[in-house]
Amino acid sequence: MQLITEGLWIVAKIAMILLPLVLAVAYTTYAERKLIGYMQMRIGPNRVGPKGWLQPIADVVKLLMKEVIVPSGANKTLFLLAPILFIAPSFAAWAVVPFDAELVLADTNAGLLYLLAMTSIAVYGVIIAGWASNSRYALIGSLRSASQIVSYEIAMGFALVGVLMAGGSMNLGDIVAAQNGSALHWFWIPLFPILVIYWISGVAETNRAPFDLPEGESEIVAGFHVEYAGMAFALFFLAEYANMILISILTALFFFGGWLNPFQGIPYLEAATDWVPGTIWLLLKAAWFLFMMIWLRATFPRYRYDQIMRLGWKVFIPVTVVWLIVLTFWIKLEWGWWFDGRGIAALGGAS
Amino acid sequence: MNIETLVFYFFSAITIVAAIGVISVKNSVQAVLCLVLAFFSAAALWLLLEAEFLAITLVLVYVGAVMVLFLFVVMMLDVDFAAMKQGFTKQLPLGLLVGAGLFGAIYWVIRFEVFGNDKVPEPAKSEQGYSNVEELGRLLYSEYFYPFEIAGVILLVAIIAAISLTFRGRRDRKGQSVREQHQVLKEERLKIISMESERPVSSSDVNSESGGAS
Repeated sequence: MQLITEGLWIVAKIAMILLPLVLAVAYTTYAERKLIGYMQMRIGPNRVGPKGWLQPIADVVKLLMKEVIVPSGANKTLFLLAPILFIAPSFAAWAVVPFDAELVLADTNAGLLYLLAMTSIAVYGVIIAGWASNSRYALIGSLRSASQIVSYEIAMGFALVGVLMAGGSMNLGDIVAAQNGSALHWFWIPLFPILVIYWISGVAETNRAPFDLPEGESEIVAGFHVEYAGMAFALFFLAEYANMILISILTALFFFGGWLNPFQGIPYLEAATDWVPGTIWLLLKAAWFLFMMIWLRATFPRYRYDQIMRLGWKVFIPVTVVWLIVLTFWIKLEWGWWFDGRGIAALGGAS
Repeated sequence: MNIETLVFYFFSAITIVAAIGVISVKNSVQAVLCLVLAFFSAAALWLLLEAEFLAITLVLVYVGAVMVLFLFVVMMLDVDFAAMKQGFTKQLPLGLLVGAGLFGAIYWVIRFEVFGNDKVPEPAKSEQGYSNVEELGRLLYSEYFYPFEIAGVILLVAIIAAISLTFRGRRDRKGQSVREQHQVLKEERLKIISMESERPVSSSDVNSESGGAS
């Protein structure tokens, strides 16, 4: 009996994360269309509901009502399995994301590694979708996507090693706790090059512009999901936006103090903003990065394929590796106030 | 039977079925996916042993990286099944012999007398705050430092060997030098010419054009 109530409680907690997430995805698409519209001197969607507020709902209803078309030459099982394989890891990754000091579904010590593992297996959905569609464009799209994700994962993994070194833990809550102090205690200063690389790799991992070659409308129609329609397509769409939000939240957690108050340590402002819950700060920080992703899409043209590969392998990986060495010295010599008590002196005391 | 035993049998069953699927499924892409599933459920089994670091690393390295490249290669292959099945009966006795030998060797190593329930004690439950990552790091970088570093060097040698075997440095390829592209000056690519501003076309031309359009 106790087992059942415990299980139900976990399911309820999962629902408490996923339902707002799906809603956030719906309104991220709306925000994207509106923002890009304004950036291009258009109005954006404004027909459904007041100021177009109901547009995402209308889109969802449309996608739900549409037929899921399976191409005649497709491998039916794999074709229908692919969207599920794509969306499952992108939802599963949210299990270890903390929304406040105590507000986390799975408070695991291997959280960072788990995130990396989950983002890396999403690539199966893409590869299988492209292959099972039995279409040239889809296959080209999935090949591009797979090689891009595999390449940028390495830079991302190295960047996370930097975060792990700075935070001294793989637990996301502990990483945020290590940044406690003030906005200048956050890891964006000592980890600045890693922050830039993590952020750009995150954009590349989610297949967003200017790294959206897997979809590349002008060359390969819609890339790996060109044969999908209706709900199956909606799953790809949902997963992509859920990944965007995840990357934004993770950047806020790793480099910008997560749920910590940005006015911490400033005499009057801290007291004045003390009532704001940590979750709000986290979501505000994440919203800023989400806005940056949309901004990037409106600003930059698509990269050429060899440029993407060059950037990933020849620029990002060497820079992160060099910065990891710098960081080692930084931590061990305790420069500044970020790594108090973790240097050579502390090591000597412990042994 | 407690819940852990149930979970153990569930994932063991999946592992075995998936492993059999790897060798019995006709479609080679599906065989690779079966292998992925086997890795995944093996990782779940490791999680039951509280080896969370190793379990997640298994997913990250094998499922997330190695098998992706594997799937890549298999998808690109154009396998001729008829040619593969040729001479199946002729090779069968030899295959069975090798299979039996391999099975015997593995069985001899992990037979019940060596790894039986009474031989290996049940691992003690780790106490609160025990971190598997820390423990592994400590062992790898102290006791097993040399084996660890040597394994790393061997892998590096393998990478260099693979690159030098496959890289045929063609000098006539049309590669792009990014350095040259960056050093391009505006004057080399662009010519700015001052031009007389266009005069408006005569009214009769405008009339005929708009008439044609409407």
